[in-house]
Amino acid sequence: MHNTSFPEGDFRAPVPVLTPGQGYRSITDKLTGLVFTANTPRAWFAFVGVGFSLLMCLLMALTWLLLKGIGIWGNNIPVGWAFDIINFVWWIGIGHAGTLISAVLLLFKQDWRMSISRSAEAMTIFAVVCAAIFPIFHTGRPWLAIYWLLPYPNTMLLWPNFRSPLIWDVFAVSTYATVSIVFWYTGLIPDLATFRDRAKNKIVARVYGILALGWRGSAKHWYRYENASLLLAGLSTPLVLSVHTVVSFDFAVAVLPGWHATIFPPYFVAGAVYAGFAMVLTLLIPLRKMYGLQDLITMHHIENMAKVMLVTGLIVVYGYACELFFGWYSGNTYERFMLINRTWRGPYAWAYWMLLLCNFIVPQLMWSKRFRRNIPVVFFVCMFVNVGMWLERFVIIVTSLHRDFIPSSWQMYYPTRWDFLTFFGTIGLFLTLMFLFVRVLPMLAIFELKTLLPEAKPKASGDGGSH
Amino acid sequence: MDFASVRNRLAGLEGKAYWRSLEELADSSEFNDYLHREFPVQASEFSDPAGRRTFLKLMGASLALAGVGACTRQPPQKLIPYIRQPEELIPGRPMFFATAMPMGGYAYPLLAENHMGRPTKLEGNPEHPASLGATDVFGQASILNLYDPDRSRTIIGRGEVKTWSGFMAALQAVMNTQRGIAGAGIRILTEPVSSPSLVEQMHQLLTDFPEARWHQWDPVFGTVQGGAPDFAPIYALKEAEVIVSLDADFLGSGAGQLRYSKDFASRRRIDTPKDEQNRLYVAEPVPTITGAKAEHRMAVQAHSIHAVAAAIASAVGVAGASAGSLPESVATFVKAAAADLAANRGKSVVIAGAHQPAAVHHLARAINDALGNTTKTVLYTTPVTASPADGATSITDLVTALDAGKVDLLLIVDTNPVFTAPANLKFAEALQKATTRIHLGLHHDDTAELCHWHVPAAHYLESWGDARAFDGTVSLIQPLIAPIYDGRTALEVIASMNGQLGRSTFELVKDFWTRAFEGSTTQKFSLKDAKGNAFATAEAFWRHALHDGFVASTSFHADGAVVPPAPAAVAATAPSSSASNGFEIVFRADPTILDGRFGNNGWMQELPKPLSKLTWDNVAYVGFATAEKLGVKNEDVIQITSEGRTIQMPVWVMPGTADNTIAVHFGYGQTKLGRVANGVGHNAYPLRSSSAPWFISGATVTKTGEKYILASTQTHFNMEGRHPVRVVTAEEYRHEPKESVEKLGPEVPSKDMSLYTPFEYNGNKWGMAIDLNACTGCGVCMVACVAENNIAVVGKEQIKKAREMHWIRVDTYFEGSPDAPNMYHQPVPCQQCENAPCEQVCPVGATVHSDEGLNDMVYNRCVGTRYCSNNCPYKVRRFNFLLYSDFNTEEIKAQRNPDVTIRSRGVMEKCTYCTQRISHARIDAKTQGRDIKDGDVVTACQQACPSDAIMFGNLNDPNSKVAKLKAQERNYGLLEDLNTHPRTTYLAVVKNTNPALDKA
Repeated sequence: MHNTSFPEGDFRAPVPVLTPGQGYRSITDKLTGLVFTANTPRAWFAFVGVGFSLLMCLLMALTWLLLKGIGIWGNNIPVGWAFDIINFVWWIGIGHAGTLISAVLLLFKQDWRMSISRSAEAMTIFAVVCAAIFPIFHTGRPWLAIYWLLPYPNTMLLWPNFRSPLIWDVFAVSTYATVSIVFWYTGLIPDLATFRDRAKNKIVARVYGILALGWRGSAKHWYRYENASLLLAGLSTPLVLSVHTVVSFDFAVAVLPGWHATIFPPYFVAGAVYAGFAMVLTLLIPLRKMYGLQDLITMHHIENMAKVMLVTGLIVVYGYACELFFGWYSGNTYERFMLINRTWRGPYAWAYWMLLLCNFIVPQLMWSKRFRRNIPVVFFVCMFVNVGMWLERFVIIVTSLHRDFIPSSWQMYYPTRWDFLTFFGTIGLFLTLMFLFVRVLPMLAIFELKTLLPEAKPKASGDGGSH
Repeated sequence: MDFASVRNRLAGLEGKAYWRSLEELADSSEFNDYLHREFPVQASEFSDPAGRRTFLKLMGASLALAGVGACTRQPPQKLIPYIRQPEELIPGRPMFFATAMPMGGYAYPLLAENHMGRPTKLEGNPEHPASLGATDVFGQASILNLYDPDRSRTIIGRGEVKTWSGFMAALQAVMNTQRGIAGAGIRILTEPVSSPSLVEQMHQLLTDFPEARWHQWDPVFGTVQGGAPDFAPIYALKEAEVIVSLDADFLGSGAGQLRYSKDFASRRRIDTPKDEQNRLYVAEPVPTITGAKAEHRMAVQAHSIHAVAAAIASAVGVAGASAGSLPESVATFVKAAAADLAANRGKSVVIAGAHQPAAVHHLARAINDALGNTTKTVLYTTPVTASPADGATSITDLVTALDAGKVDLLLIVDTNPVFTAPANLKFAEALQKATTRIHLGLHHDDTAELCHWHVPAAHYLESWGDARAFDGTVSLIQPLIAPIYDGRTALEVIASMNGQLGRSTFELVKDFWTRAFEGSTTQKFSLKDAKGNAFATAEAFWRHALHDGFVASTSFHADGAVVPPAPAAVAATAPSSSASNGFEIVFRADPTILDGRFGNNGWMQELPKPLSKLTWDNVAYVGFATAEKLGVKNEDVIQITSEGRTIQMPVWVMPGTADNTIAVHFGYGQTKLGRVANGVGHNAYPLRSSSAPWFISGATVTKTGEKYILASTQTHFNMEGRHPVRVVTAEEYRHEPKESVEKLGPEVPSKDMSLYTPFEYNGNKWGMAIDLNACTGCGVCMVACVAENNIAVVGKEQIKKAREMHWIRVDTYFEGSPDAPNMYHQPVPCQQCENAPCEQVCPVGATVHSDEGLNDMVYNRCVGTRYCSNNCPYKVRRFNFLLYSDFNTEEIKAQRNPDVTIRSRGVMEKCTYCTQRISHARIDAKTQGRDIKDGDVVTACQQACPSDAIMFGNLNDPNSKVAKLKAQERNYGLLEDLNTHPRTTYLAVVKNTNPALDKA
């Protein structure tokens, strides 16, 4: 790509990813300085304090859950799944942004991803950790579920039921978690080596040194690193599509009206990316401010992410439209009733309209460049999307289950305080992990950012941003 | 060994030197080493300051490990095996004994299943005419009362634990003082009694003490508003083409309900579209399950039933009867019913309800007499209970005597009048005027509290006895277990008052029947076996009667009981109905806990009440129009005032309740019965008066503005046009048998559309057919299932959260206008789909298909994802959200069926088609070298069903009953359009409506 091929002011002209005036040293100093400092921002303590308190709530809620059983939640028959699976799908969805940014955008050579990929990947892993809590703990007997769902040879010659989407889930989510962690860690190695070299405390240097796996920055290392990155990116890319496709099968494979829909896989994947980008923005906007990273995570990044949100949001809305259309077009009594119940007559119709407000109406603000570049507005929209995507799963799971085929078994679902504690508890876990991460690891990919500098391209014209 | 050194050492010693070995003698270094090592390594280490710590650590560890060793459980006692196995007892195989449950004076014949000496399950006695193998909900649930941990266990005398001999001494002392005054101070209060042996004892007591009085009170049985008629009807519903019920819930309450349900349903279980059915007209104030079965039901206030009866009487030509003015809708109904009755002379019957005054019973009899139905469809006899007395009158007399201070000794047997007596009598106050008060009962209840003596009663499964069924047939009651808490029987206590102290109940009962055989009792019996042959000896009779559980020749049909003459003058003109203002209060016993006696029975608390599906509470039913008028909705609390007494009760809007009628159910609001009953529901007794025990006009009702949470297992009673219950008229069914039923459901996908060849079920292929035309919705299938399958009780809070555990449920739907709705029931167990949605989604394969087509649930493998339940379109799966099974109450453990696993927390469960019963049948067939025959496997729900609505069997056998039912045109599968291929199918309701009323 050559910027010279575009006239001045053309919107297609590449925009510099970083604010001009950065150098190798300034970037390294800035990012290592965030960790090797005695002045942890006050806000960091506030966030970790809140996160850690909520994490304790999570531990309490899970302990009580193990002692008493699923009955402490509001789940019932017919609503066998509720907050547990809503939260699971919500978290898994959030995780998608990280992989998409680091893998897909890497393959598409989108340079701007470099500023956000590291933290987005970390967010992915933490979101998967939060998500993984639910499928394990939502079972009646988690102490057995934790290994009975795995295909392991045993004396009883019993295997899991490979026809069940929950088993596909086990494979999909565990693969996703493994690849995400490996990818993230591989990417961290050169920066860990930088930390090792920069650390003044011997023990700290030793720890980073061990984690850096003996990285010396030789050409061979770099060569292998690049290859590994590319391979892992190639591995991760199908996962972006597969994980949420498989998660959507949990519903699409069932006979239940409102679940049994062929639109689910693409609609879920789009929803995941949508939710993921909203969450990345939700996290980066305060982090950027807290650590003064405006030069590295620029308005350009925020605007790009807002655009992705807008596009995926519209795909999701297309999914809603398809659900409505197919429900009507099927001519099936149960499907039609499900739609009427979901959107109009049912006791949870409010959730559907809230969902449309959050996921459809509010994000339309992102059409305007002015709003895309207005941080409070973007943050506000992201919060709506976060809530909206949670409501989407509520609508799909609870509203479909609570009134299904036989009217006599229709019942209402009411969450209990333990449902909320568990949900907010996982948010606490997420916050805690996220802020511990920014405190001890490079939250931006230092070495990658440097490749964006003019110095990295000896033959470049010097205005930066081009290869 | 160096001998030289030994010698040297010995030489250097003074005095005696003791040595154990030459080594020691030599004091060699090896020996010293050995000494150190003799006590394990640690000995030397102990002397080493550095090694001491290790030693102490090891000591600590071995102490701890010693503790671990103690965890191995040692057999505490020597086990003695059966060297000579008791005759007939095969471990693992239940034995069945015939017995009977006495309730309200009637016998409910039973077969009790006994596992290794403990009764676990009750089934109907298939030979007995009052059961024919069926049971009602009370019969099923009474097994749990036996094991009720809150039953009283000791004799209490004036607040202290006393002995039986102490009690006997005190009783004899009082009796001795009464001897001089002919027993003028003796009063005995019982429920109605039909037991011949007890009646004999009572008569002897009343002969010896001519001034003593016997009073009877039961809040449900034997009390008729304004006095009881002096005759009792026994219906033969099989013969009736047209049945008119005047507020009679003959399918849902009363001693004859099982037989009546069976006979009634036999005329509804049609085989072909051409079969004729009976037709039922019901006029009633409150919907009952009988009303729900009616082709034509009219909501009429309780006091207006008399007018309806009079109008029918007038229309069919009863002399002296005249129809008053009736509202037009009622008049149309009466006209059609009367025309139908008149067209079916000798083949119709009019049934008057137990809650209606004698005048209505007289009118019903007059109509039946006029139509020539008497002796054909109805037999009028003397009442089955001995010395019948109207309960309300009798207890009023007792209170009068108490208030007059005439009572020295009051013996209260098996009834709780302090809680249940009509409120206007102020029984609790009067009771305390008796000098000596004795209570014999299962619980230390409200009455026991106010009595000087309380004697724990034996449960009927612990005691010998006898009683008569609704048709007079005598049943012998034999115990299934020795009294668990040293309970005593009424017979024993009364006999001791008759100077037969020390005779056991067994002796008393056997002695009575030996004398009866010899003809030396005052009551005379014709004792013959079922074939009409006389017995050779008393012993032969006794053994035969115990084996069969009853004596067929004692039935009033066979016995030729005296038919009392019809009352001369029929009160044919109804009292003016316009006089009433305010609301009419209708009193009803609770459908599950009755008058409260089943209040401490968790199964009954959790059994949804028919029609409302409420659990754990009683309510006031109001109709739609009345609810609107009062401005109340479900769960609103209203205040009801009648005769200056007030209660508060939550409202339930029940479609089909007569306008301006409030129906309250009594039995709840107990405080002293036990852990289950106490504090549950609202007490309705304070409104009841002795003059109007069943309905009273002129009550005032106000809305309090408070809310009370009610737990119903069903919240939606509208079919939403989906026709889970398919209903066709007899007319439609006759003309288009298949199409009329099929068109009510979506198109069913063809089985050939699958890519795979269908699995072939060789051998047995189990299936079930449920005839909705026969089902009355009584709910006994649910209790039978609970008893058979060890289903847990979860409590009101969990029911409110929609977590009930019943494996079979009875759905109720209302259709049509809320004032005159059609009501339908549908029992829904697991449908055992051949193409089961649940099986495919279970990640661990905990629910799998058997080669006989059962959808098996493997509790051990289940991890509780609940995905199966989400994907079950019938929502018949039940999840143990918490630890619902009671693993702690020892008493209840003995009730459990040893063939069925107790489920723990976190696993899914559901109907298994009683797989344990299939296994028993399979083992039996195998040992006899044959295939399982049709009828070998009877599921618990099928067995209990009084209307034979449920049929189970092998679908591969074209001659099996179930296969024949499924071949009927009205057979359909629920949600079959989902391609689930359910093994349980339903037979549509065919309504035999009267064309004359259809047009109107």
